[in-house]
Amino acid sequence: MSPRAAWRLEGLGFSKAHDYAPGRVDWFAAGLPMEGGLASVSTVGDMARGDVPTCAPGEKVGEVRGRVRRTGWDRCVVVNEERVVLGLLCEKDLMSDSEATAEEAMRPGPTTVRLDTPAEKMAERMRKRGTASVLVTTPDGELIGLMYRKDAERVTAEQA
Amino acid sequence: MPTTIFRDGVRELLEEGAQLVDVLPPEEYGEAHLPGAINIPLKELNRETTERLRRDEPVIVYCYDYL
Repeated sequence: MSPRAAWRLEGLGFSKAHDYAPGRVDWFAAGLPMEGGLASVSTVGDMARGDVPTCAPGEKVGEVRGRVRRTGWDRCVVVNEERVVLGLLCEKDLMSDSEATAEEAMRPGPTTVRLDTPAEKMAERMRKRGTASVLVTTPDGELIGLMYRKDAERVTAEQA
Repeated sequence: MPTTIFRDGVRELLEEGAQLVDVLPPEEYGEAHLPGAINIPLKELNRETTERLRRDEPVIVYCYDYL
């Protein structure tokens, strides 16, 4: 629709018409500001815990385990230099061979959700699937944090 | 010929004062739109409705997604 609009504007004499082809979906999914009725709805981006531990794919599991334990978490997100999510090390994976690399021990391609997903809807989906947490990323796959279902349920209950 | 731009390009142009037009129907605009965007639905895009826009300055149009 927007390419046609941009062409239409040009036909109307606009010499510098630009088409933001990925549209509002891309903008909101990146956690950028929104105006309108939905702007006050809590999203997973609001509830993502940005302090979830991360590690590089080449790090040894033994080293990662020690670091993760010191922070009080039970999981670690494997990311590349751009903080793009590659995999997830859950508690069981962190207990595997200390000499293995994070890349070898990780669960590749974990499910991720976008920042603008309404928290209430996400909590409902997670309840149905029996999921306790989910990773939140930008549309480009960059890690924002980890959202716990219990956080989303608590906030939506408070708002009800 | 109109230029296709992406998120970073939009941000840069907005910082420079570009005009932003949401071409979705009014109900969808009311639900959510980019800050500062005005609403001119595609079907209503004509000489009259675009009178308030500056023709020689950058203008960015967007809809829902690629489709």
